[in-house]
Amino acid sequence: MTAAYPTESLKAHPPYLYPDYRSTVKRSPSRALVVIPHTLSELTGPVYGHESLREHDSDLTRQHAGEPLGERIIVSGRVVDEDGRPVPRTLLEVWQANAAGRYIHVVDQHPAPLDPNFSGAGRVVTDADGRYRFTTIKPGAYPWKNHPNAWRPAHIHFSLFGPTFLTRLVTQMYFPGDPLLALDPMWNSIPDEKARWRMMSSFDIETTEPEWALGYRFDIVLRGRDATPMEDPHHG
Amino acid sequence: MADAVVKAGTKPDGITPSQTAGPYFAYALTPAGRYAIADLATNDLVTDDAVGERITIAGRVIDGDGELVTDAMLEIWQADGEGRLPGADPALSNARFKGFGRCECDAEGRFSFRTVKPGRVPGPNGAMQAPHLDVGVFARGILRRLFTRIYFEGEAGNESDPILKLVPAERRSTVIARRAGADLYKLDIRLQGENETVFFEA
Repeated sequence: MTAAYPTESLKAHPPYLYPDYRSTVKRSPSRALVVIPHTLSELTGPVYGHESLREHDSDLTRQHAGEPLGERIIVSGRVVDEDGRPVPRTLLEVWQANAAGRYIHVVDQHPAPLDPNFSGAGRVVTDADGRYRFTTIKPGAYPWKNHPNAWRPAHIHFSLFGPTFLTRLVTQMYFPGDPLLALDPMWNSIPDEKARWRMMSSFDIETTEPEWALGYRFDIVLRGRDATPMEDPHHG
Repeated sequence: MADAVVKAGTKPDGITPSQTAGPYFAYALTPAGRYAIADLATNDLVTDDAVGERITIAGRVIDGDGELVTDAMLEIWQADGEGRLPGADPALSNARFKGFGRCECDAEGRFSFRTVKPGRVPGPNGAMQAPHLDVGVFARGILRRLFTRIYFEGEAGNESDPILKLVPAERRSTVIARRAGADLYKLDIRLQGENETVFFEA
Protein backbone atom coordinates (compact mmCIF):
# COMPACT_ATOMS: atom_id res chain seq x y z
CA MET A 1 0.00 0.00 0.00
CA THR A 2 1.58 3.25 -1.12
CA ALA A 3 1.07 6.02 1.40
CA ALA A 4 2.99 9.10 0.38
CA TYR A 5 1.59 10.91 3.40
CA PRO A 6 1.86 9.30 6.82
CA THR A 7 -1.58 8.19 7.98
CA GLU A 8 -0.66 8.04 11.67
CA SER A 9 -1.28 11.77 11.98
CA LEU A 10 -4.95 11.33 11.02
CA LYS A 11 -5.60 10.21 14.60
CA ALA A 12 -5.77 13.90 15.49
CA HIS A 13 -9.13 14.14 13.72
CA PRO A 14 -12.51 13.65 15.38
CA PRO A 15 -14.48 10.45 14.76
CA TYR A 16 -17.31 10.72 12.24
CA LEU A 17 -19.82 9.55 14.84
CA TYR A 18 -19.76 11.71 17.94
CA PRO A 19 -23.26 11.47 19.48
CA ASP A 20 -22.81 14.52 21.74
CA TYR A 21 -22.86 16.45 18.46
CA ARG A 22 -26.32 15.35 17.49
CA SER A 23 -26.08 15.99 13.75
CA THR A 24 -23.37 13.34 13.41
CA VAL A 25 -25.77 10.55 14.39
CA LYS A 26 -27.43 10.25 10.96
CA ARG A 27 -24.64 11.75 8.89
CA SER A 28 -21.74 9.48 9.79
CA PRO A 29 -20.84 6.33 7.86
CA SER A 30 -21.73 3.12 9.70
CA ARG A 31 -19.38 0.97 7.61
CA ALA A 32 -15.62 0.98 7.94
CA LEU A 33 -13.71 3.33 5.65
CA VAL A 34 -11.90 1.57 2.79
CA VAL A 35 -8.21 2.33 3.08
CA ILE A 36 -6.65 3.12 -0.29
CA PRO A 37 -3.16 3.96 -1.51
CA HIS A 38 -2.29 7.50 -2.50
CA THR A 39 -2.48 7.80 -6.29
CA LEU A 40 -1.82 10.73 -8.57
CA SER A 41 -5.44 11.81 -8.06
CA GLU A 42 -4.81 12.33 -4.35
CA LEU A 43 -1.25 13.62 -4.72
CA THR A 44 -2.34 16.62 -6.77
CA GLY A 45 -4.81 19.34 -5.93
CA PRO A 46 -6.25 22.66 -6.95
CA VAL A 47 -3.93 25.65 -6.80
CA TYR A 48 -5.43 28.98 -5.82
CA GLY A 49 -3.02 31.83 -5.21
CA HIS A 50 -2.96 35.60 -5.24
CA GLU A 51 -4.98 35.75 -8.46
CA SER A 52 -8.00 34.54 -6.49
CA LEU A 53 -7.89 37.50 -4.09
CA ARG A 54 -9.68 40.81 -4.38
CA GLU A 55 -9.13 44.05 -2.52
CA HIS A 56 -10.16 43.85 1.15
CA ASP A 57 -10.48 40.07 1.08
CA SER A 58 -8.01 39.99 3.97
CA ASP A 59 -9.56 42.90 5.87
CA LEU A 60 -13.09 41.98 6.89
CA THR A 61 -13.53 45.39 8.52
CA ARG A 62 -13.22 47.23 5.21
CA GLN A 63 -15.62 45.40 2.93
CA HIS A 64 -18.47 47.88 3.37
CA ALA A 65 -19.02 51.62 3.47
CA GLY A 66 -18.75 51.84 7.24
CA GLU A 67 -16.89 50.03 9.97
CA PRO A 68 -18.38 47.00 11.65
CA LEU A 69 -19.17 47.07 15.35
CA GLY A 70 -17.14 44.95 17.71
CA GLU A 71 -13.61 44.44 18.84
CA ARG A 72 -11.19 44.79 15.91
CA ILE A 73 -8.58 42.02 15.90
CA ILE A 74 -5.70 40.84 13.75
CA VAL A 75 -5.22 37.12 13.26
CA SER A 76 -1.86 35.95 11.99
CA GLY A 77 0.14 32.79 11.93
CA ARG A 78 1.98 30.28 9.84
CA VAL A 79 0.77 27.31 7.86
CA VAL A 80 3.27 24.49 8.17
CA ASP A 81 3.23 20.77 7.50
CA GLU A 82 3.62 18.09 10.12
CA ASP A 83 7.41 18.27 9.78
CA GLY A 84 7.38 22.00 10.42
CA ARG A 85 8.06 23.00 6.81
CA PRO A 86 6.21 26.13 5.66
CA VAL A 87 3.31 25.73 3.24
CA PRO A 88 3.79 28.71 0.91
CA ARG A 89 1.27 30.33 -1.44
CA THR A 90 -1.74 28.42 -0.22
CA LEU A 91 -5.21 29.86 0.09
CA LEU A 92 -7.08 30.27 3.37
CA GLU A 93 -10.79 30.97 3.33
CA VAL A 94 -12.27 32.24 6.61
CA TRP A 95 -15.81 32.87 7.74
CA GLN A 96 -17.40 33.81 11.03
CA ALA A 97 -20.31 35.33 12.93
CA ASN A 98 -20.39 39.04 13.66
CA ALA A 99 -19.68 40.58 17.08
CA ALA A 100 -23.25 39.85 18.17
CA GLY A 101 -22.96 36.17 17.28
CA ARG A 102 -24.99 36.33 14.06
CA TYR A 103 -24.05 34.94 10.65
CA ILE A 104 -25.31 36.62 7.50
CA HIS A 105 -26.33 33.20 6.18
CA VAL A 106 -30.08 33.23 5.44
CA VAL A 107 -30.69 30.17 7.61
CA ASP A 108 -29.27 31.77 10.77
CA GLN A 109 -32.31 32.95 12.73
CA HIS A 110 -30.57 33.79 16.01
CA PRO A 111 -32.32 36.98 17.15
CA ALA A 112 -29.16 39.05 17.34
CA PRO A 113 -28.59 41.99 15.02
CA LEU A 114 -26.98 41.72 11.62
CA ASP A 115 -24.28 44.30 11.02
CA PRO A 116 -24.69 46.05 7.67
CA ASN A 117 -20.95 46.68 7.68
CA PHE A 118 -19.86 43.11 8.23
CA SER A 119 -20.16 40.09 5.96
CA GLY A 120 -17.73 37.84 7.81
CA ALA A 121 -16.05 36.16 4.84
CA GLY A 122 -12.42 36.60 3.83
CA ARG A 123 -9.49 35.10 1.96
CA VAL A 124 -5.75 35.32 2.30
CA VAL A 125 -2.79 33.55 0.70
CA THR A 126 0.30 32.51 2.64
CA ASP A 127 3.65 34.03 1.73
CA ALA A 128 6.86 32.16 0.93
CA ASP A 129 7.33 31.34 4.63
CA GLY A 130 3.77 30.12 5.06
CA ARG A 131 2.72 33.29 6.90
CA TYR A 132 -0.74 34.83 6.68
CA ARG A 133 -2.50 37.74 8.34
CA PHE A 134 -6.00 39.15 8.24
CA THR A 135 -8.03 41.76 10.08
CA THR A 136 -11.53 41.15 11.37
CA ILE A 137 -13.68 41.68 14.44
CA LYS A 138 -13.91 39.22 17.28
CA PRO A 139 -16.91 36.95 16.66
CA GLY A 140 -19.58 36.53 19.32
CA ALA A 141 -20.81 33.31 20.87
CA TYR A 142 -24.20 32.12 19.66
CA PRO A 143 -26.88 29.61 20.65
CA TRP A 144 -27.60 26.44 18.69
CA LYS A 145 -30.13 23.69 19.07
CA ASN A 146 -27.85 20.73 19.76
CA HIS A 147 -28.99 20.38 23.38
CA PRO A 148 -30.82 22.57 25.92
CA ASN A 149 -29.07 25.90 26.43
CA ALA A 150 -26.33 25.05 23.93
CA TRP A 151 -23.91 27.81 22.94
CA ARG A 152 -21.00 27.72 20.55
CA PRO A 153 -17.82 29.32 21.84
CA ALA A 154 -16.52 32.18 19.71
CA HIS A 155 -14.71 30.76 16.68
CA ILE A 156 -13.52 31.51 13.17
CA HIS A 157 -13.94 28.87 10.47
CA PHE A 158 -10.84 28.16 8.37
CA SER A 159 -10.66 26.32 5.04
CA LEU A 160 -7.23 25.45 3.64
CA PHE A 161 -6.04 23.64 0.55
CA GLY A 162 -2.35 22.92 0.96
CA PRO A 163 -0.56 21.30 -1.98
CA THR A 164 -2.79 18.27 -2.63
CA PHE A 165 -6.23 16.72 -2.23
CA LEU A 166 -4.95 15.02 0.92
CA THR A 167 -3.88 18.23 2.64
CA ARG A 168 -7.33 19.85 2.43
CA LEU A 169 -8.49 20.96 5.86
CA VAL A 170 -11.58 22.67 7.25
CA THR A 171 -11.26 23.59 10.90
CA GLN A 172 -12.17 26.21 13.50
CA MET A 173 -10.01 28.57 15.53
CA TYR A 174 -10.98 29.29 19.13
CA PHE A 175 -10.14 32.09 21.57
CA PRO A 176 -8.26 31.67 24.85
CA GLY A 177 -10.18 31.70 28.10
CA ASP A 178 -13.59 31.00 26.58
CA PRO A 179 -15.77 29.47 29.32
CA LEU A 180 -17.95 27.75 26.71
CA LEU A 181 -15.18 25.48 25.42
CA ALA A 182 -15.56 22.79 28.07
CA LEU A 183 -19.25 22.48 27.17
CA ASP A 184 -18.77 22.45 23.39
CA PRO A 185 -19.27 19.14 21.56
CA MET A 186 -17.20 20.36 18.57
CA TRP A 187 -14.21 21.15 20.76
CA ASN A 188 -14.68 17.96 22.77
CA SER A 189 -15.01 15.79 19.64
CA ILE A 190 -11.23 15.78 19.27
CA PRO A 191 -10.18 12.67 21.22
CA ASP A 192 -6.60 13.70 21.99
CA GLU A 193 -6.46 16.68 24.32
CA LYS A 194 -3.12 17.87 22.93
CA ALA A 195 -4.55 17.82 19.42
CA ARG A 196 -7.63 19.72 20.64
CA TRP A 197 -5.48 22.57 21.86
CA ARG A 198 -3.94 22.96 18.42
CA MET A 199 -7.23 24.70 17.52
CA MET A 200 -6.63 27.32 20.22
CA SER A 201 -5.25 30.71 19.23
CA SER A 202 -3.13 32.73 21.62
CA PHE A 203 -3.11 36.41 22.37
CA ASP A 204 0.02 37.82 20.76
CA ILE A 205 1.49 41.19 21.67
CA GLU A 206 3.76 41.04 18.61
CA THR A 207 0.74 40.89 16.30
CA THR A 208 -1.12 43.53 18.33
CA GLU A 209 -0.99 46.99 16.74
CA PRO A 210 -0.73 49.96 19.12
CA GLU A 211 -3.83 52.15 19.24
CA TRP A 212 -5.51 49.88 16.72
CA ALA A 213 -6.20 46.17 17.29
CA LEU A 214 -5.40 43.18 19.48
CA GLY A 215 -3.48 40.39 17.81
CA TYR A 216 -4.02 36.64 17.93
CA ARG A 217 -1.63 33.98 16.71
CA PHE A 218 -2.93 30.82 15.10
CA ASP A 219 -0.55 28.39 13.41
CA ILE A 220 -2.06 25.62 11.33
CA VAL A 221 -0.44 22.24 10.73
CA LEU A 222 -1.35 20.36 7.56
CA ARG A 223 -0.38 16.83 6.59
CA GLY A 224 3.12 16.59 5.13
CA ARG A 225 4.42 14.04 2.64
CA ASP A 226 7.63 12.05 2.71
CA ALA A 227 8.11 12.89 6.35
CA THR A 228 11.69 12.69 7.52
CA PRO A 229 12.38 12.89 11.23
CA MET A 230 13.68 16.29 12.25
CA GLU A 231 16.82 16.33 14.33
CA ASP A 232 16.05 16.86 17.96
CA PRO A 233 18.05 19.95 18.96
CA HIS A 234 18.44 18.66 22.50
CA HIS A 235 19.55 15.17 21.66
CA GLY A 236 21.14 15.64 18.26
CA MET B 1 -2.11 23.08 27.58
CA ALA B 2 -0.09 24.49 24.72
CA ASP B 3 -1.96 26.45 22.09
CA ALA B 4 -1.46 26.60 18.37
CA VAL B 5 1.92 28.24 18.15
CA VAL B 6 4.60 26.27 16.35
CA LYS B 7 8.06 27.45 17.31
CA ALA B 8 10.20 28.16 14.26
CA GLY B 9 12.47 25.29 13.35
CA THR B 10 10.64 22.75 15.47
CA LYS B 11 8.53 19.79 14.48
CA PRO B 12 4.87 20.24 15.45
CA ASP B 13 3.24 17.70 17.78
CA GLY B 14 0.79 16.78 15.05
CA ILE B 15 -1.68 18.13 12.55
CA THR B 16 -4.50 20.58 13.25
CA PRO B 17 -7.70 18.59 13.74
CA SER B 18 -10.67 18.92 11.43
CA GLN B 19 -13.92 20.58 12.46
CA THR B 20 -17.27 20.69 10.70
CA ALA B 21 -17.87 23.31 8.04
CA GLY B 22 -21.19 23.83 9.83
CA PRO B 23 -24.42 24.99 8.22
CA TYR B 24 -23.29 28.54 7.46
CA PHE B 25 -20.42 28.16 4.98
CA ALA B 26 -22.29 29.31 1.86
CA TYR B 27 -21.48 33.01 2.02
CA ALA B 28 -17.78 32.20 2.05
CA LEU B 29 -17.45 28.97 0.06
CA THR B 30 -20.42 28.78 -2.32
CA PRO B 31 -21.71 32.36 -2.66
CA ALA B 32 -23.06 31.82 -6.20
CA GLY B 33 -24.05 35.46 -6.62
CA ARG B 34 -26.11 35.55 -3.41
CA TYR B 35 -23.30 36.99 -1.32
CA ALA B 36 -20.67 39.61 -1.99
CA ILE B 37 -17.53 37.50 -2.16
CA ALA B 38 -16.61 36.12 -5.59
CA ASP B 39 -16.86 32.40 -6.23
CA LEU B 40 -13.57 30.58 -5.98
CA ALA B 41 -15.00 27.61 -7.83
CA THR B 42 -18.47 26.67 -9.02
CA ASN B 43 -20.21 23.50 -10.20
CA ASP B 44 -19.41 24.31 -13.83
CA LEU B 45 -15.87 23.22 -14.72
CA VAL B 46 -16.31 23.43 -18.48
CA THR B 47 -14.11 26.06 -20.07
CA ASP B 48 -13.44 26.63 -23.78
CA ASP B 49 -10.07 24.98 -23.46
CA ALA B 50 -11.25 21.98 -21.43
CA VAL B 51 -10.45 18.77 -23.29
CA GLY B 52 -12.98 16.00 -23.04
CA GLU B 53 -16.56 14.88 -23.45
CA ARG B 54 -18.98 17.37 -21.86
CA ILE B 55 -21.08 15.67 -19.22
CA THR B 56 -23.29 16.49 -16.25
CA ILE B 57 -23.10 14.49 -13.04
CA ALA B 58 -26.12 14.86 -10.78
CA GLY B 59 -27.44 13.27 -7.63
CA ARG B 60 -28.66 13.79 -4.11
CA VAL B 61 -27.09 13.54 -0.67
CA ILE B 62 -29.14 11.40 1.73
CA ASP B 63 -28.71 10.75 5.45
CA GLY B 64 -29.20 7.62 7.57
CA ASP B 65 -32.93 8.26 7.93
CA GLY B 66 -33.36 8.62 4.17
CA GLU B 67 -33.75 12.38 4.62
CA LEU B 68 -32.33 14.71 1.99
CA VAL B 69 -29.28 16.64 3.12
CA THR B 70 -29.90 20.21 2.04
CA ASP B 71 -26.86 21.84 3.60
CA ALA B 72 -23.99 19.78 2.24
CA MET B 73 -21.17 20.99 0.02
CA LEU B 74 -19.43 18.70 -2.46
CA GLU B 75 -15.99 19.33 -3.84
CA ILE B 76 -14.63 17.45 -6.84
CA TRP B 77 -11.11 17.08 -8.15
CA GLN B 78 -10.42 15.46 -11.49
CA ALA B 79 -8.25 15.10 -14.58
CA ASP B 80 -9.28 16.41 -17.97
CA GLY B 81 -10.37 14.16 -20.83
CA GLU B 82 -6.79 13.17 -21.56
CA GLY B 83 -6.03 12.19 -17.99
CA ARG B 84 -4.06 15.34 -17.24
CA LEU B 85 -4.33 16.73 -13.72
CA PRO B 86 -3.87 20.47 -13.27
CA GLY B 87 -0.78 20.96 -11.15
CA ALA B 88 0.74 17.67 -12.23
CA ASP B 89 0.93 18.39 -15.95
CA PRO B 90 2.94 21.44 -17.06
CA ALA B 91 0.91 21.51 -20.26
CA LEU B 92 -2.09 22.50 -18.16
CA SER B 93 -0.40 25.15 -16.03
CA ASN B 94 -2.00 27.98 -17.96
CA ALA B 95 -5.22 26.21 -18.82
CA ARG B 96 -8.49 27.62 -17.61
CA PHE B 97 -9.61 24.09 -16.79
CA LYS B 98 -8.98 23.90 -13.06
CA GLY B 99 -10.17 20.37 -12.35
CA PHE B 100 -11.83 21.60 -9.16
CA GLY B 101 -15.48 22.28 -8.51
CA ARG B 102 -17.80 23.05 -5.65
CA CYS B 103 -21.52 22.59 -5.33
CA GLU B 104 -23.86 23.29 -2.45
CA CYS B 105 -26.88 21.00 -2.29
CA ASP B 106 -30.21 22.69 -2.95
CA ALA B 107 -33.45 22.52 -0.94
CA GLU B 108 -34.10 19.04 -2.39
CA GLY B 109 -30.64 17.79 -1.46
CA ARG B 110 -29.56 17.82 -5.10
CA PHE B 111 -26.13 18.52 -6.51
CA SER B 112 -24.87 18.67 -10.07
CA PHE B 113 -21.59 19.31 -11.82
CA ARG B 114 -21.10 20.22 -15.45
CA THR B 115 -17.67 19.00 -16.40
CA VAL B 116 -15.67 16.84 -18.81
CA LYS B 117 -15.42 13.12 -18.39
CA PRO B 118 -11.95 12.53 -16.94
CA GLY B 119 -9.40 10.39 -18.74
CA ARG B 120 -7.40 7.67 -17.07
CA VAL B 121 -4.58 8.49 -14.67
CA PRO B 122 -1.89 6.18 -13.33
CA GLY B 123 -2.49 4.25 -10.14
CA PRO B 124 -0.16 2.29 -7.90
CA ASN B 125 2.60 0.33 -9.69
CA GLY B 126 1.77 1.96 -13.00
CA ALA B 127 -1.61 0.26 -13.42
CA MET B 128 -4.03 2.70 -15.01
CA GLN B 129 -7.09 3.79 -13.05
CA ALA B 130 -10.55 3.95 -14.57
CA PRO B 131 -11.98 7.45 -15.11
CA HIS B 132 -13.05 8.89 -11.77
CA LEU B 133 -13.48 12.03 -9.72
CA ASP B 134 -12.23 12.45 -6.17
CA VAL B 135 -15.10 13.81 -4.07
CA GLY B 136 -15.13 15.54 -0.70
CA VAL B 137 -18.37 15.92 1.28
CA PHE B 138 -18.74 18.65 3.90
CA ALA B 139 -21.80 19.51 6.00
CA ARG B 140 -23.19 20.23 9.42
CA GLY B 141 -22.77 16.96 11.30
CA ILE B 142 -19.71 15.93 9.27
CA LEU B 143 -16.76 16.57 11.56
CA ARG B 144 -14.18 15.67 8.94
CA ARG B 145 -14.41 15.68 5.16
CA LEU B 146 -15.86 12.46 3.79
CA PHE B 147 -13.82 11.21 0.84
CA THR B 148 -15.41 9.16 -1.90
CA ARG B 149 -15.03 8.77 -5.64
CA ILE B 150 -17.36 8.84 -8.60
CA TYR B 151 -16.69 6.31 -11.39
CA PHE B 152 -18.69 5.91 -14.59
CA GLU B 153 -20.93 3.05 -15.69
CA GLY B 154 -19.74 1.11 -18.69
CA GLU B 155 -16.07 2.03 -18.57
CA ALA B 156 -13.86 -0.88 -19.57
CA GLY B 157 -11.30 0.11 -16.97
CA ASN B 158 -13.67 -0.33 -14.05
CA GLU B 159 -13.03 -4.08 -13.86
CA SER B 160 -9.31 -3.64 -13.39
CA ASP B 161 -9.30 -0.39 -11.42
CA PRO B 162 -6.86 -0.80 -8.53
CA ILE B 163 -8.98 1.27 -6.13
CA LEU B 164 -12.34 -0.31 -7.03
CA LYS B 165 -10.73 -3.70 -6.47
CA LEU B 166 -10.29 -2.74 -2.81
CA VAL B 167 -14.04 -2.18 -2.49
CA PRO B 168 -16.18 -5.25 -1.71
CA ALA B 169 -17.89 -6.23 -4.98
CA GLU B 170 -21.40 -5.75 -3.61
CA ARG B 171 -20.64 -2.16 -2.63
CA ARG B 172 -18.98 -0.99 -5.86
CA SER B 173 -22.23 0.27 -7.35
CA THR B 174 -22.33 2.96 -4.65
CA VAL B 175 -19.45 4.77 -6.35
CA ILE B 176 -20.31 4.13 -10.02
CA ALA B 177 -22.57 6.73 -11.61
CA ARG B 178 -25.11 5.30 -14.03
CA ARG B 179 -25.72 6.77 -17.42
CA ALA B 180 -29.08 8.53 -17.34
CA GLY B 181 -28.97 10.34 -20.67
CA ALA B 182 -26.74 11.15 -23.62
CA ASP B 183 -24.48 13.35 -21.50
CA LEU B 184 -25.94 12.79 -18.03
CA TYR B 185 -24.69 10.58 -15.21
CA LYS B 186 -26.47 10.10 -11.90
CA LEU B 187 -25.30 8.96 -8.50
CA ASP B 188 -26.70 9.55 -5.03
CA ILE B 189 -24.43 9.83 -2.02
CA ARG B 190 -25.81 7.96 0.98
CA LEU B 191 -24.03 8.98 4.15
CA GLN B 192 -25.29 6.03 6.21
CA GLY B 193 -27.45 2.93 6.16
CA GLU B 194 -28.73 0.81 3.30
CA ASN B 195 -26.57 1.15 0.20
CA GLU B 196 -24.26 3.43 2.15
CA THR B 197 -21.70 5.06 -0.13
CA VAL B 198 -18.19 3.71 0.16
CA PHE B 199 -15.98 6.27 1.84
CA PHE B 200 -12.23 6.08 1.75
CA GLU B 201 -9.35 6.68 4.13
CA ALA B 202 -6.16 7.85 2.44
